[in-house]
Amino acid sequence: MNSPLTHLQRLEAESIFIIREVAATFAKPVMMYSIGKDSSVMLHLARKAFYPAPPPFPLLHIDTTWKFRDMIRFRDETAKKYGFDLLVHTNEEGRAQGINPFDQGSNLYTRIMKTDALKQALTKFGFDAAFGGARRDEEKSRAKERVFSFRNQNHAWDPKNQRPELWSLYNTRIAPGESIRVFPISNWTELDIWQYILAEKIDIVPLYYAAERPVVERSGQWIMVDDARMRLKPGEAPQQRMVRFRTLGCYPLTAAIDSPATTLEEIVAEMLLARTSERQGRLIDHDESGSMEKKKREGYF
Amino acid sequence: MEGTVAFDRAAVERLLSGTEDQSLLRFLTCGSVDDGKSTLIGRLLHDSKRLFEDQLLTLERDSRKWGTTGGDIDFALLVDGLEAEREQGITIDVAYRFFATDRRKFIVADTPGHEQYTRNMATGASTADLAVLLVDSRQGILTQTRRHAYIVSLLGIRHVVLAVNKIDLVDYSEARFDEIVAAFEELTAELGFATKVAIPLSARFGDNVIAPSPNLSWYRGPALLDYLETIDVTADEAGKPFRFPVQWVSRPNHDFRGYAGTVAGGSIAVGDEIAVAASGQKAKVARLVTMDGDLPDASVHQAVTITLDREVDASRGDILVAADGRPQVSDQIAAHIIWMSDEALLPGRPYLLKTATRTVGATVSELKHRVDVQSFQPLAAKTLNLNDIGVANLSLAEPIAFDPYDDNRTTGSFILIDRFSNATAAAGMFRFGLRRATNIHRQALTVDKSARADAKGQKPAILWFTGLSGAGKSTVANLVEEKLHLMGCHTYLLDGDNIRHGLNRDLGFTDADRVENIRRVGEVAKLFVDAGTIVLVSFISPFRSERAMARELVGEGEFIEVFVDVPLAVAESRDPKGLYKKAREGGIKNFTGIDSPYEPPTAPDIHLDAAAEAPDALAERVLAYLVSRGYAGSHRR
Repeated sequence: MNSPLTHLQRLEAESIFIIREVAATFAKPVMMYSIGKDSSVMLHLARKAFYPAPPPFPLLHIDTTWKFRDMIRFRDETAKKYGFDLLVHTNEEGRAQGINPFDQGSNLYTRIMKTDALKQALTKFGFDAAFGGARRDEEKSRAKERVFSFRNQNHAWDPKNQRPELWSLYNTRIAPGESIRVFPISNWTELDIWQYILAEKIDIVPLYYAAERPVVERSGQWIMVDDARMRLKPGEAPQQRMVRFRTLGCYPLTAAIDSPATTLEEIVAEMLLARTSERQGRLIDHDESGSMEKKKREGYF
Repeated sequence: MEGTVAFDRAAVERLLSGTEDQSLLRFLTCGSVDDGKSTLIGRLLHDSKRLFEDQLLTLERDSRKWGTTGGDIDFALLVDGLEAEREQGITIDVAYRFFATDRRKFIVADTPGHEQYTRNMATGASTADLAVLLVDSRQGILTQTRRHAYIVSLLGIRHVVLAVNKIDLVDYSEARFDEIVAAFEELTAELGFATKVAIPLSARFGDNVIAPSPNLSWYRGPALLDYLETIDVTADEAGKPFRFPVQWVSRPNHDFRGYAGTVAGGSIAVGDEIAVAASGQKAKVARLVTMDGDLPDASVHQAVTITLDREVDASRGDILVAADGRPQVSDQIAAHIIWMSDEALLPGRPYLLKTATRTVGATVSELKHRVDVQSFQPLAAKTLNLNDIGVANLSLAEPIAFDPYDDNRTTGSFILIDRFSNATAAAGMFRFGLRRATNIHRQALTVDKSARADAKGQKPAILWFTGLSGAGKSTVANLVEEKLHLMGCHTYLLDGDNIRHGLNRDLGFTDADRVENIRRVGEVAKLFVDAGTIVLVSFISPFRSERAMARELVGEGEFIEVFVDVPLAVAESRDPKGLYKKAREGGIKNFTGIDSPYEPPTAPDIHLDAAAEAPDALAERVLAYLVSRGYAGSHRR
């Protein structure tokens, strides 16, 4: 008879169950695709969930126009490789107003180019369920969120009024205009993600691997100069450093770490010995205490 | 050094080489408020070195701002992630935390102690294999301790650790510890736990959390983490009968028909005979498909896609089972229920029941009793309120396949969903079928008027608005419909003018045509009542006899005559459509009130003085009538 499932096999099966449950019970689901390692794992799980059929929902990428160029390239290659229906949405109003992380600050920029853009897209396409790749170990308010997270007609989360979520019995019922955010990898940790990428040989954006990259120092962190729009201070010149990213977002808001890790094995080894959490590199989380909860109430993922 | 991670080079090598054999333990912490649950988890995360430096810095900063430990690090702030929790210094919702040691990976559910958040505690317990039940050494066993011990047992958790916390505050007293353990033994004597262990500890100071403490030299047992790393919680799940709730039927092309799902009990191999639980149709397993290639067999918790050697009638909600180990099939089932809604349980009220991948209509046909969490004794009860636990008989719209919860946590558990708010109203555990469904092969139930009405949670009826043209019938009827709709009622409005554009466009305004007009509308309204709807009819309907005819088409109490009463002069002065003017000028023949009579109702069910009150006030009167007589909203606040 079979040996008991390993930790990763249990997590994988749980995620597949969640993904299938959404496809079976919602009229118009969509999978948010942020191009990062967590998204790559989620996508891989979605392919597994419906094999030999393709996943019965499109992917949606909210393009803030400030993503790393490598990410956009990887996104388009991935969609093509697996034949995914990829939708890309940008807040055109914000683009026209020239909203950027430098002038508006990360808080306002994130609200306009990410949260508002996301809400626009969900409303425009009429999606009633949206998969997100958030994990509970990332942040304290995420640790409190349900796998099936109910959102009202304004896409807002009410942390004090969450539906009890018992066993694997997810309550998928909503009224018109309401929606559910679904987090199939809620119970994965950063280490689980890397171990799984290693075991399953999942493709990830090259930015996760160390390479010589042009960076400048900001508040003690390395920010990559990904294109000519990066505002340099007077006299500041980008320097080439061997760096990589533990997490990916908009390039001016995502810090790189010094690292010699150029293989997956080296990345996992480095991760195991890490002394800071991955969200340390996310500048938007540091804006204020409880900032993630606040953003989620406004409709952020 | 504090704050560094637990893995050394050797551990890294093991993880990378794939030789790690870490198992997974899911547990929850529970107990009364202020017993230190969050602090204990924070301490475990901290002392097992799973905190990163930036998290420690944040913790120190938060401790100064919110801390309740007078300047020391307040470990509870690591897990109390919501603003309201940090402000109030309490845990409101269940939080899931993750840590790992060399030996095991852990998923911890930190659950609230306050009674009003019991449902969140049950949520955490539903996926746990072990419970750490905390008590404050000074307080001993409290009501919430008893409640949580009971819920833990009810939810099928077989292993419990009694963490006698804050032992530092009773001077590390062995006598006090023994006293609490004795009370706990008595409390749990009949709760059926497979293992029970009591450990004295101090979460705040770390005594006995990850390592034995010199302050507790009289204690010979393991420290908490040591125990959690080594306890064996595996039940013989693979040896149980095969259960596979069909989640999704995969049909990518004509040649492939697969049943996607997760094995919920036992195991299956290619060639095994299975049955569709409800219909009894049998087939053999042809393939176990995964993206990693076909498998020869699959066991509990595995997600696979099964193909069969012949066609069977199975879809989402059906359960594929071992042909020689079938579950019970019934539409009448006894169950334990934990009530989780602010709105009380009402026997007879329709809910949706979700079990495994199946959702069916359900009512509580009989509430047997409520359980007193102090004494665990049954108490007579007519209802269950928030956080009450009871035993009830369920009546389902269709027979379902299920197992007693003690045999299978997946096919034995269910939730009840409020049909109107969609809230998760209750969680439950099946115990036994009350009778076998008499005809499990039938294709559909005989759905009748009352079944449809039950499904809608309302009493169907015709609201017949009668009155002069311009009295405000349509305006009031429209407002009533809006209000009913907001309450979740299923309604339909038949408006005189609109019907005359379609169904009755061949009819004029002669007396004969007026009678036929009303007869047709009455018949249509009757069909809507039969469909379980509250139907609003807004017609001048001037003749008593036709109104009486319409009344006789439906059953007693299903026809409500609403007289929208205004004096002719008032209606004529309003004249919203300019019809009175035309009629007076001779442009319209047979106009009610001018040259055709209006026979006012002699005893209307609702008499509205439409000259004295505004339409919204009139609509509220109609609504009050409906609610007070249970047509709508009797279950709403």
